[in-house]
Amino acid sequence: MTDLSHLKADFPVLSNGVHFLDSGASSQKPISVLEAMDDFARTSYANVHRGAYKLSVAATDAYEAARERVASFIGASDSGEVIFTRGATTALNMVAFGWGLEHLGPGDRILTTEIEHHANLVPWQMVAKRTGATLDHVPMTDDFRLDLGAYDEKLGPDVRVVAVTGMSNVLGVMPPIRSISDRAHEIGARVVVDAAQLVPHSPVAVATLGADFVAFSSHKMLGPTGIGVLWGRMEALEEMEPFEGGGEMISDVTLQDATWAAIPHRFEAGTPPIIEAVGLHAAIDYLDSIGMEKVLEHDRELTGIALDRLGDVPGLNIQGPTTLEDRGGVISMTLDGVHAHDLATILDEEGVAVRSGHHCAKPLMRRLGVAATARASFYVYNTEEDVDALVGGLRRAGDLFGVGG
Amino acid sequence: MSLEDLYREVILDHYRSPRNKGHLDSPDFRAEGVNPLCGDEITIDLAFDGDQVSQVAISGQGCSISQSSASMMSEAIKGKTKGEIEDLTKRFRDMMSLDGEADIGLDPDRPGAVLGDLESLQGVRKYPVRIKCASLGWNVLLEALDGEPLT
Repeated sequence: MTDLSHLKADFPVLSNGVHFLDSGASSQKPISVLEAMDDFARTSYANVHRGAYKLSVAATDAYEAARERVASFIGASDSGEVIFTRGATTALNMVAFGWGLEHLGPGDRILTTEIEHHANLVPWQMVAKRTGATLDHVPMTDDFRLDLGAYDEKLGPDVRVVAVTGMSNVLGVMPPIRSISDRAHEIGARVVVDAAQLVPHSPVAVATLGADFVAFSSHKMLGPTGIGVLWGRMEALEEMEPFEGGGEMISDVTLQDATWAAIPHRFEAGTPPIIEAVGLHAAIDYLDSIGMEKVLEHDRELTGIALDRLGDVPGLNIQGPTTLEDRGGVISMTLDGVHAHDLATILDEEGVAVRSGHHCAKPLMRRLGVAATARASFYVYNTEEDVDALVGGLRRAGDLFGVGG
Repeated sequence: MSLEDLYREVILDHYRSPRNKGHLDSPDFRAEGVNPLCGDEITIDLAFDGDQVSQVAISGQGCSISQSSASMMSEAIKGKTKGEIEDLTKRFRDMMSLDGEADIGLDPDRPGAVLGDLESLQGVRKYPVRIKCASLGWNVLLEALDGEPLT
């Protein structure tokens, strides 16, 4: 067992004993992240890329150091390929609108999947309506995996872009991005990966991942809210128009026209999330001090323990694979006769925080044939005791509602 | 406040065996509502005989609180006029503290004397995020009553 239980003390929110199993929605922040942001705001804060004075230079250095840190963390050879955004959702919208509006039209097909989060689905619906392109979806198999045979069949010369999750926020499955990308590239399509769940929980090297665009959020990886990342292969970024205009992103402006700054600044209009970039830098330092291989191993071990013990709870159904291969630490479940919201309330009374609802994946809920699920998601600070509290709470819910009795 | 106070047996009974479930063949009023945050759905059909509700049918899906509240509501409004239903709705909302009131004169020694089974839902008040579950059916009911007659 990968014992990371000593880490819990680094997270002030957890000191009251809450069994926090909702990191898939947003993670807690270690002291080092809070202190890095506090220290920066107290000593070095100013706007970036603007001032000739020392504070602004210091702030710019810190902001650009964060970009370098992100690049090294995800194995990007060029930090210019790292664009800071407000979060994964904004990053995905930047691609859908900035790339999609330029390159899609009638007769073109956008291929997404049945297991996407709304953030990698709804922007493409919006862009399809505006461009006349059509939307198509890779279905899920009955064992909760992407149907790769159907994917091959759906790939055709009219498919211009493939939008796929790196790890499902409902099922926990991790689709094989490398082979999905390779096949898409054979027909000249771009590949956009929603990595909001993948990057926080697994080693990722964009150089070998295969995708053209990768989006993720800081707040799910121990960092602050308000900042995320769009990584793009430089040749793909060059195909993209800015999604927002404003300060910072221009080269020259007249009353009638403007030319764009170089990449990545072209895509960072306005004052960026500067303090948050410093926080994200510290969060990456924290994760790297553990090691992402170990983070993945830890999540997976807890998932294995949980799947094993949940199997004994009467009336419980796992909405996702019960094997650990290509799977992260997210477990969605339903309990016969007990609605997910009731489950979440009962678990809360037991000190267990889980998410209940449709998880911003309503098409997937329909495919699963459920209105809602309760979801437990694990991260570095979770322990076997958290799993036991979850299992105990589920048993209590079953007792209260008379499941199986 | 314990979970047993929230999930009283009468609530679970209405959840497992919802009263007046289904649709009416020719309702005078119909409205449907959904809580977009959690996805709970309720559709209400009403038929009137004169100025009184003669038949009511409820369909939908959701948590025990939303579905039991609608089930109890369907029993409570039969035979009532629109004015009486609006008055009942106000008292229910007051019990839930939705409009700032909480004391509607419930008698702990005589449970059910004022609002019948609906009194069992007063425990929901202690769980603020769940109050919207209990009130969903009532919001749909008012929408149905204020809508255009279907016949």
